[in-house]
Amino acid sequence: MRHILSVLIENEAGALSRVTGLFSARGYNIDSLTVQTTEDPTMSRMTIVTHGSEDVIEQITKQLNKLIEVVKVIDLNEADHIERELMLIKVRATGKDRDEMKRMADIFRGRIIDVTEKSYTIELTGPGEKLDAFIKALDQAVILETVRTGASGIGRGERILKL
Amino acid sequence: MEISGAEILARCLAEENVEFVFGYPGGAVLEIYDAIFKQNKFKHVLVRHEQAAVHAADAYSRSSEKIGVALVTSGPGATNAITGIATAFMDSIPMVVISGQVGTPMIGSDAFQEVDMVGCSRPVVKHNFLVKDVKDLAATVKKAFYIATTGRPGPVVIDIPKDVTQAKAVFEYPKSVSIRSYNPPVKGHPGQIKKAAQLLAEAKRPFIYVGGGAVLGNAAAEVTELVRLLNVPCTNTLMGLGAYPGSDPLFVGMLGMHGTYEANMAMQYADTIIAIGARFDDRVISNPAQFLSQAKKIVQIDIDPSSIAKRVKVDVPIVGDVKDVLKDLIAILKETNARPNEKALNAWWDQINDWRKPNSLWYAQDDEIIQPQFVMQKLFEVTGGEAIITSDVGQHQMFTAQYYAFNRPRQWINSGGLGTMGFGLPAAMGAQLANPYADVACITGDGSIQMNIQELSTCKQYHTPVKIINLNNGYLGMVRQWQEFFYGTRYSESYVDALPDFVKLAEAYGHVGMQISKPADVEPALREAFAMKERLVFMDFLTNPKANVFPMIQNGKGLNQMDLPPHMQSMQLVPFENNRDYGNLC
Ligand SMILES: Cc1cc2nc3c(=O)[nH]c(=O)nc-3n(C[C@H](O)[C@H](O)[C@H](O)COP(=O)(O)OP(=O)(O)OC[C@H]3O[C@@H](n4cnc5c(N)ncnc54)[C@H](O)[C@@H]3O)c2cc1C
Ligand SMILES: Cc1ncc(C[n+]2csc(CCOP(=O)(O)OP(=O)(O)O)c2C)c(N)n1
Ligand SMILES: [Mg+2]
Repeated sequence: MRHILSVLIENEAGALSRVTGLFSARGYNIDSLTVQTTEDPTMSRMTIVTHGSEDVIEQITKQLNKLIEVVKVIDLNEADHIERELMLIKVRATGKDRDEMKRMADIFRGRIIDVTEKSYTIELTGPGEKLDAFIKALDQAVILETVRTGASGIGRGERILKL
Repeated sequence: MEISGAEILARCLAEENVEFVFGYPGGAVLEIYDAIFKQNKFKHVLVRHEQAAVHAADAYSRSSEKIGVALVTSGPGATNAITGIATAFMDSIPMVVISGQVGTPMIGSDAFQEVDMVGCSRPVVKHNFLVKDVKDLAATVKKAFYIATTGRPGPVVIDIPKDVTQAKAVFEYPKSVSIRSYNPPVKGHPGQIKKAAQLLAEAKRPFIYVGGGAVLGNAAAEVTELVRLLNVPCTNTLMGLGAYPGSDPLFVGMLGMHGTYEANMAMQYADTIIAIGARFDDRVISNPAQFLSQAKKIVQIDIDPSSIAKRVKVDVPIVGDVKDVLKDLIAILKETNARPNEKALNAWWDQINDWRKPNSLWYAQDDEIIQPQFVMQKLFEVTGGEAIITSDVGQHQMFTAQYYAFNRPRQWINSGGLGTMGFGLPAAMGAQLANPYADVACITGDGSIQMNIQELSTCKQYHTPVKIINLNNGYLGMVRQWQEFFYGTRYSESYVDALPDFVKLAEAYGHVGMQISKPADVEPALREAFAMKERLVFMDFLTNPKANVFPMIQNGKGLNQMDLPPHMQSMQLVPFENNRDYGNLC
């Protein structure tokens, strides 16, 4: 099953490679990984999307916790959570496609953030499936380039991951 | 006053009460070697290969409660150390390895003798550090020792660029260390410990399975107290040998791939297993599905949550330090007077004693050819069971584990997890330096000994009078055995052709050499060798080239599906009898 793990980790050189090294050495899957420093600059927060059996997910959590620089790990799937991903997508926008493109962006609540005579760059956030759906809804021929951040996640309500 | 990074390092090691540094010099560590030259707090042991430095430091840790330190140069020195680091990592041995690195401005430029040591060692260390600023050096060393020795122990690497050893700073050694992201557990959860006591009281066929964690956690006394309090059969893993005394009647022998018949049968048919610092390794339980095909309740005590329920489901996990948890468990058992049902326990012992009768370790010794088992038994007698024994990897290692009864922890030093040939001799050196008054013997084979034979030279220089017992079967015996069993006796590359004359070789290094080829000479030769307190003696025993290690569990088979020694193959063996009177359960 797909799981989203949130990891608080010391903001130190090499810490990221310990995490990715762990996943490759033990044969765990990484579907996506995002990382950025938190409001406390000494600490980074990662969101790792992975999949595997319950036993494997349990081992992943334990192994992550074992890394000296890892401060805390939570499995967001254990409770309600919110997941968002950002996509920037550059599409061909000429002639009558131009209006159509804008309408599609509106429907998906995307924003056009860069405009040229021939193209739009659209910014879209949401759960991964929504981004997938947007891509699917477009005529594949108009897609020039996509870039996605991978999921970030946070627990709902009072559930807080902090030192 | 400001002093150089190299001098700071030397001061730090002195602060940690380091007694020996095992190492080998080179360009990147010359500054450090100069600082070593100018101090007299610790001694440096110059090995002949960096792998040996790390094995020696590792065995120094294993054979004492102190911590081994190794020092190597950058590049090839660092990569030579990797096998040693991985060996310690797999067996959870605390150790600090210091490697030199090219100067910080050169890092990443493919400089001479540059290798990314932090990257190379990352998968085989508990943690590692690259020190980029001399001001961080002392605090890093403090952290390294702390991390290596606490929680589940393990090797820690400190990579120090040359310019950091030259730069100056004021030396101040931190008094204490705390790392917010690292808080190893100690006390076990009281509720869980209570549950464990309850399970024990309900058990019909309890079994205590003790691993390396009991040795690492210095909990042999508590293990022994628990086993005797309950009068329950006990086994040790290869890494746990000595945690419960091997000569004790409640001990049923080692379990696993080459465990005794009774230990493996008891593990398979027990209804309640208490695992103490043991990790259900594949060489122990073999096939987990087959292992769990008999219903059993499992309590697992381990300091590392990732060791718990990794290979088998566990009913009562207890995360904590073995010593603390066992103390609490024993206290509860005493307080509540909870004990396994006596009638059931007696029936269980009857069953186990039936399994003991055929003696799965029996072998025949004639007048002609020395059996390797015989050498081990005689060694036990001659040393009064008191020697510290190191081993290499192969059949000789298994014969030692089976036939030398280890009665105390830290007496048996071997590479279990990685199975590193070449470990034995440097390990003996390290163990001898940690225990200057003990008899230290290295049990080895004609293949393994040649993987670090150069250390005979180090042994000469530092007067480590270890006794090398080479069970020379003219084969890579363990490989040959598998080829006999699984590859139609096609001995592909397992014959060690052109063996050296080991007696002359020992003499060339300035030691005493002996060759023993007759069974009658085994004991007198051992006595003669161990009487030479000041000398390293290399004893080349010509042993049965076709001897096999029994029992043996083939890959994928269950604990109750052993290949048995020839004398048991035609015997009518007593099966597990579920209808024995295990008494009424409360
Ligand atoms: C040729 C060959 C044959 C082998 N055959 C066998 C065999 O027949 N039988 C056998 O048993 N092994 C055998 N082995 C060894 C095997 O590969 C494993 O190394 C060994 O079984 C592991 O032992 P262990 O379970 O005691 O764990 P260890 O590797 O010793 O691990 C110790 C465990 O204790 C925990 N721990 C550490 N400190 C503490 C503490 N203070 N408190 C609580 N927990 C702690 C650790 O987290 C870890 O989980 C063989 C090896 C070789 C090379
Ligand atoms: C460094 C290394 N290489 C290869 C092996 C695989 N291996 C395990 S046992 C063994 C044979 C050991 O031969 P020897 O030292 O003569 O011991 P014997 O089995 O004959 O007692 C080999 C090659 C290993 N464990 N370690
Ligand atoms: Mg051999």
